[in-house]
Amino acid sequence: MSANMTFDDLKAVMSRCTGDVEELNPENLGAAFTDIGYDSLAVLEIASQIQREYRLQIPDEAIEGMNSPQDVIDYVNASLSAV
Amino acid sequence: MSVPVITGLGVVAPNGQDREAWWQATLDGKSGLGRISRFDPDRYPVRVAGEATGFDPAEHAPQRLVSETDAMTQYAFAATNEALADAAVVPDDFSDLDMAVITANSSGGVEFGQRELQKLYREGPQAVGAYMSIAWFYAATTGQLSIRHGMRGPCGVLCSEQAGGLDVLAQARRVLAKGTRLVLSGGTDASLSPYGLVCQLSNGRLSEEHRPERAYVPFDSDASGYVPGEGGAIFVVESHDDARARDVERIYAAVAGYAATFDPRPGTGRPPGLRRAAELALADASLAPPDVDVVFADGYGVPELDRQEAEALTAVFGPGAVPVTVPKTMTGRLYAGGAALDVAAAALALRDQVIPPSVNVRPDPEHRLDLVVDRPRETRLRTALVLSRGYGGFNAAVVLRAV
Amino acid sequence: MTGRAVITGIGVVAPGQPGREAFWEMIVKGKTATRRITLFDPTPFRSRIGAECDFDPERAGLSYQEIRRTDRAGQFALVAAREAMADSGLDPDAEDPHRIGVSVGNGVGNAISMEQEYRTVSDNGRQWLVDQGYMKPHLYSYVMSSSLATEVAWAAGAEGPATVVSSGCCAGIDAVGYAVDLIREGTADVVVAGATDAPIYPITVSCFDTLRASSTSNDDPEHACRPFDRRRNGLVLGEGSAVFVIEELEHARRRGARIYCEVAGYSARANGYHMTGLRPDGREMGEAITAALDEARINPDEIDYANAHGSGTKQNDRHETAAYKRSLGEHAYRIPVSSIKSMVGHSLGSIGSIEIAASALAIDRGTVPPTANYEERDPECDLDYVPGTAREADLDVVLSVGSGFGGFQSAVVLTSPRRIV
Repeated sequence: MSANMTFDDLKAVMSRCTGDVEELNPENLGAAFTDIGYDSLAVLEIASQIQREYRLQIPDEAIEGMNSPQDVIDYVNASLSAV
Repeated sequence: MSVPVITGLGVVAPNGQDREAWWQATLDGKSGLGRISRFDPDRYPVRVAGEATGFDPAEHAPQRLVSETDAMTQYAFAATNEALADAAVVPDDFSDLDMAVITANSSGGVEFGQRELQKLYREGPQAVGAYMSIAWFYAATTGQLSIRHGMRGPCGVLCSEQAGGLDVLAQARRVLAKGTRLVLSGGTDASLSPYGLVCQLSNGRLSEEHRPERAYVPFDSDASGYVPGEGGAIFVVESHDDARARDVERIYAAVAGYAATFDPRPGTGRPPGLRRAAELALADASLAPPDVDVVFADGYGVPELDRQEAEALTAVFGPGAVPVTVPKTMTGRLYAGGAALDVAAAALALRDQVIPPSVNVRPDPEHRLDLVVDRPRETRLRTALVLSRGYGGFNAAVVLRAV
Repeated sequence: MTGRAVITGIGVVAPGQPGREAFWEMIVKGKTATRRITLFDPTPFRSRIGAECDFDPERAGLSYQEIRRTDRAGQFALVAAREAMADSGLDPDAEDPHRIGVSVGNGVGNAISMEQEYRTVSDNGRQWLVDQGYMKPHLYSYVMSSSLATEVAWAAGAEGPATVVSSGCCAGIDAVGYAVDLIREGTADVVVAGATDAPIYPITVSCFDTLRASSTSNDDPEHACRPFDRRRNGLVLGEGSAVFVIEELEHARRRGARIYCEVAGYSARANGYHMTGLRPDGREMGEAITAALDEARINPDEIDYANAHGSGTKQNDRHETAAYKRSLGEHAYRIPVSSIKSMVGHSLGSIGSIEIAASALAIDRGTVPPTANYEERDPECDLDYVPGTAREADLDVVLSVGSGFGGFQSAVVLTSPRRIV
C-alpha cells in the first residue's frame, strides 16, 4: 500500500465497494457524493473499506466531513502523513 | 373482497433462470442438480446441490444494488422484474401505499454473512462493511424490493423454513382484504456457502448420495435425504376484481384456500399436522378432496417423512386417487423459495393443463401414490393443492384454482 | 373479521433482572440497564455499551436439553413464553391445541450461536471451507430463525399456525399484529405471540459501529442512551424478549381471564426510500400511526400516551417527533411521549414487543414510564418526553411505534379493558 491515496486508489476502493465507478473522474472529485449517486450507506461502506485497506480508524466526525471523493482523499492523506 | 389471484410470475431456479426456461426444463424432466461448483465440496459428505449456475445479478439490478445484497435478494430482484412484467404492472400506475411486499426467507444472506464474519475475525471490527447491516438479515429482500419498486404498503417477512413460501400467500390475502391492491409475494433463498452448507448438514436430512440422479428421490425405496437448492419464485397477487379492472392478460390462478398447522411436540404420540393442513385448506376453499386434480407434494426424500406424507395423502384422497408430483426433484429443496417454486409450478400446470413430472423416482408401491414420473401428464386441471413442510414442525397447504 | 384480540398474559426477559415485574419496577424507577458489555470483550470496538439481561438459563428454569439446543434468543423466548402462559392462567390441557397459534418476532435470528459456531468451524476465520468436524448438532436450528417459533410452540403446546415474523426492528410489533389477524379471522382462539433477539455480540456491534449509529459514551454507559435529548449520540444495543398470550375476547371472558388490554389497531408501512434512512418529515411513521388508529376506530385526540421508538439517534428522534405532529396534530403536544430504550436499549426485532409489554403494563398500572437521561431540549424535538420520572395517569388508549432497517414502520394501538363493552 502506497503512503498516500491517489484518485486511482480511491476509484479502486470505490469499485470494490459499489462496483460502478464509470462516472467517477478526476474532474468531479469535488462533487458531493449525493450528487453523483452515492448515498450515506455507500459512503460508510467506502469508509470501512478504507479502514480495512489502509489500516486506519476513521472517527465519526471525519466521516461527517466526507462529503465528496476529494474530502476522502484529503482525509486519508492527512491521516497517513500524520502517522 | 373477491378472491386473490396470481397475475404475474417470476422464477430463478437451478434448472432455469426465468419462468419459461425453467418451466420448459421442468416439463422436459431436465434436472438442475449437480456437483457443487461454488466451492470444492470434496471435504463434505454432501456434494450435490441445485445451484443457479450462471446467474448474473448485473442483468437484473444496477451494480450498486448488487454490491449491497446477497444472492438470495438478487434472485428476488430477477424474479420480481419478471413477475411485474408478466402482470403488466407499472408501479407508477398505483399509489405507493396500495402496494406491498411480503416474502419468505429461511437462512438469511448466509454467504454475505460468512464473508463479513471472516473479515471480522481475520482483520477486526473496523473491517466489517456497512452493507452487512442490510444484506444478512431475513428482511433484506422485502426491504430492497419495497424500495426498488416504491411499494409502501404493509410489508412483511415470514420465516417458517420451507412452509414460509406458502404462509406469505396467506399474508398477502390478509393485506389485500384490508385494502392493499397489489402484493409482491413469494420467497427466495440462497444458502450454499460453505458455512451455509455445514449448517444444513447438521439437520441430518441431506442426501450423501454423490450421483445427482440418485441423490433426491422422494417416495422411492432408495430415498436417502434431500438435496439443497437455491432460487425461488415471486408472484404478483391482487384481488380478482382488481385484476379484471386492470384488464390483465392472464390470471394464472386464484389462491382459493390456505391453512397452516404445527406438529405436536415430540413425544406426545399425536399425529403430525400435514393432513390437517391439507384438509383445512380444502375447507377454506370450500372444496372437497375429489375436486383436487393434482397435488404438489412436499416430498422431503427422508423415508420416514415420505411415509408420513403418503399416509396423509391417502387418508385425505384415498390410495392412488389423485396425481401427485414433486418437480423439486429437479431443483432440490429451496427452503423459503421451495414452496414458492411449487406454487409457480402449480400455476403453470393450470395454465398449460399439464402435470410436470417427478424425475429419477421409482415410486415405492407401499406409499400407494399415483406419482407422475419421468414424463409430464396432460390432463384436465382445475384445482391444485400445494403442500409444504418446514423443518421444526411447520406445515402449510395452499389450494390454487383456475378462474 | 369479527374477533377481538386481548392480551391476557405477559412475560418479559428484559435487560436487568428477568421477569415482568422486575422489568416494570426498573423502568418506572427510571433506572437504566445500559453498561459496559460483558458478553464479550468489547475493547476493540467503537461502541462498548450494551443493555444486557442478567440471565442464567438454568436459574430461569430451562432444562439442560433446552439450553443445549437453543441460542440465547430462544432461551429468552422460552422463559418469557412460560411466564406469559402462567400469567394468563390458561390451562393448555383444557385448550384445543389446534386452536393455539404462535408468532414470534425476531430480527437477527440466533445470531450469537451463528457467530460462535462460525468461529469454531472456521478456526476463527482462517478457513473459508469451514470444518464440518466441529459442527454442533443444532447448527441448522441456528441458521433458521424459524426454530424460535418451534421452541415457543412446544412450550405452549400449540398446533395451530406458527411462524417467525422477521421484519427487522419492527418485528416485535408486526408479530403481535400477525397474531391479532389470526384471531380476528377466526383461525386461532389463542396466539402466543411476542418477540426475541439477542444481538449483543461482535458482528452486530461491528455493524452498528460501521454505520456510526451506536452511542460512543463509553465512559458513561448508564447515561449513554438519551432519546430526544439534544446531546444524544446514538442507540445502545439491547437484548431480551417479551411474549404475550393474545386471546379472542369471548374466549378470554368465558374462562374469566384477566385482561390487560385490547390490541385495537395495528398497521405497517414502508418508506420505499432507503434501507437505513428516514425522511425528516416523519411521513411514513405518521402514515402507520394514522392507519393503526383507523383500524382501531380511534381519533387521534383519544390517545393518552405514546410509547416511542425513541432510539436515541438524531435521525429517528426528529423523524418520530415530526410523525406525531403529522398524525396527531396539536394533540401531540398534550400527551406524554416516552422511550424506554433509554433504559433497556434497542433489542432490534424484540424491542417492539418489549415496548408493547411496557404499554400494556402502563395501562394496567396507570403509570407512564419515563424517558431516562433526558436533560437538554432539542429545539426540533419539542414534545413532552416525560424526563426521568414516571407519572401516574389513567390511560385508556396507548400508541406504540417502531421503525427499522429495510424501511419499515409499524404502529399499534392498545386500549384499556374499561373501553371493552
